[in-house]
Amino acid sequence: MSRASGPSTTRRSPTLVIGCVLAGAIVAVAIVSLFWMPFPQDDTSGGRLAPPALPHLLGTDKLGRDLLTQLMIGARIALTAGIGSVALGGVLGVTAGLLAGFATRWLDDTISALLDILIAFPTLLLAMLVVAAREASLGSAILAIGLAMSAIVARLTRVLVKRVLAEDFITASRTSGTSWPRVVIEHVLPNIWPTLLVNLALQLGLAVLAEASLSYLGLGAPPPNASWGRMLQEAQATVLTAPLGAVAPGVVLVVLVVGVNLLADGLRDVADPTRRRRR
Amino acid sequence: MTTYLLRRMAFLVVSLLLASMVLFLLLRLLPGDPANSLLSVGATPDQIAAARHQIGSDRPLPEQFVTWLGQMATFDLGTSFISTLPVGPEIASRLVVTVPLTLLAFLLAVVVAVPVGFVAAHRSDRWYGPLLNGVSQLGLAVPVFWLGMLLITAFALYFQILPAGGFPQDDWANPADALTSLALPVVTIALVMSASLIRYVRSATVDVLDSDYLRTFRALGSSFTGAMWRHGLRNAAVPVISILGIELATTFLGAVVVESVFALPGLGSMLAKGIAQHDYPIVQGVLFVSTFGVLVIGFVADLGQRLIDPRLRGTLSRRAR
Repeated sequence: MSRASGPSTTRRSPTLVIGCVLAGAIVAVAIVSLFWMPFPQDDTSGGRLAPPALPHLLGTDKLGRDLLTQLMIGARIALTAGIGSVALGGVLGVTAGLLAGFATRWLDDTISALLDILIAFPTLLLAMLVVAAREASLGSAILAIGLAMSAIVARLTRVLVKRVLAEDFITASRTSGTSWPRVVIEHVLPNIWPTLLVNLALQLGLAVLAEASLSYLGLGAPPPNASWGRMLQEAQATVLTAPLGAVAPGVVLVVLVVGVNLLADGLRDVADPTRRRRR
Repeated sequence: MTTYLLRRMAFLVVSLLLASMVLFLLLRLLPGDPANSLLSVGATPDQIAAARHQIGSDRPLPEQFVTWLGQMATFDLGTSFISTLPVGPEIASRLVVTVPLTLLAFLLAVVVAVPVGFVAAHRSDRWYGPLLNGVSQLGLAVPVFWLGMLLITAFALYFQILPAGGFPQDDWANPADALTSLALPVVTIALVMSASLIRYVRSATVDVLDSDYLRTFRALGSSFTGAMWRHGLRNAAVPVISILGIELATTFLGAVVVESVFALPGLGSMLAKGIAQHDYPIVQGVLFVSTFGVLVIGFVADLGQRLIDPRLRGTLSRRAR
């Protein structure tokens, strides 16, 4: 089960470092926002659409709220949405994938067909369906994005499980009397997690983008929660008079998603050094 | 191939049935009876029962489902709760915007991504190989609505050479006007879409460039162009086509967001409005039509893949990426 860990597998990948720095910066901002923010969330004392100047470092929005404060809250919401969806999609997906991987032929075929159908629905459509059935909230967004993601994760897990189960060491382990649950814990999971982790990291980036899109459409976390997507939507009308409000949320969104994507690429390089040459 | 065609068609039909069942249940399981839309506040129990009978919501669920499916199959998509207009014709009028938008964006993305992806793989040792990779990495992270906003700011508000949004009242009566209003939305979708497409084209090209058969063919004296033409293209096309199918479907539905940005009267804005107003027949109708579209696109992509690569014909589902 343990992979050879020579110098090449532990060698640091520059992609990983850049990804960690970018994503880490946003995570740090989100954590800071829990303890300190320049202004209270609904403080409108700065006046409408104030240009960047002290004490409002990045200016204010059209209701007079501090832009920096809004951005910090947005970081929290984006990360909550991303991590929440990945946690939900990961748990559901890995469980379903393991089931399909171990199941008998017809059950496996049924699950695979269901997954193919689920995957045929793009995330955003599925998300809008859930929002239509429930109400627009951060919870609905996470539920929707997580559900859509679980199908993709499940399909990947199934393929990985099948591949591991065909290995000789599984047969050897079974022959020596190891029970199936122990085989899963001792052999299957350790062999599939590096690939899964990389995929989940990529899904995290997609989830953040999906939440932003939902919020932009007014189907995400309702006001006064400052989601980056809704901030952009609100700033659209005043883009020429207060350009920063229409630019800053987009920039931090891109920084987070690029960071997470680079992190995933870097993780893949570390998990599978043979791929590095081809990137 | 015939066996495959039959099996794949059966799969398509089952998928459609399952998807419609989900859509049907979604509407019926929602709190509130659809009959409520026919009633005013303070209706008597008798009036409620009559309305339920008229709309059919007093019958057992399976029976309702079959009736509903029959209506859907004949494109009778019900009437809107809000405007009380039939949903079918409204969807048809909006497809006139969404379908050209999707197809034009798709074509533009392919025209951009295929050569760029090829160059990024083939010339990965030059300075512009990594640059192209970096740009596509960035493109993957840019939300489509933000790119739309930035393009509007630049081309509509600042330079004022293209409209910021909207669509001619008379649809395609004046094609030049219609195309002008679609220009920015098409570019927005195409740019975001080509970012991911470039990566797939590049990785498919790398696989082909690294392959033993290409090396052998070159060793036998073929030129690089000749080898790519005879063997490379066809092999690289297989994974790319399955992605194209998914991308086309994503674009079709990604139009939801882009249509909102550019205030286009398409299917997407109809869906967004329907959800916001809890107008379930609208939501159901749009989702039914788009699901149908997505599943048919997948069907066509799978067939295309197997026409190009006979080795896949034994397998039912799409080849894993």
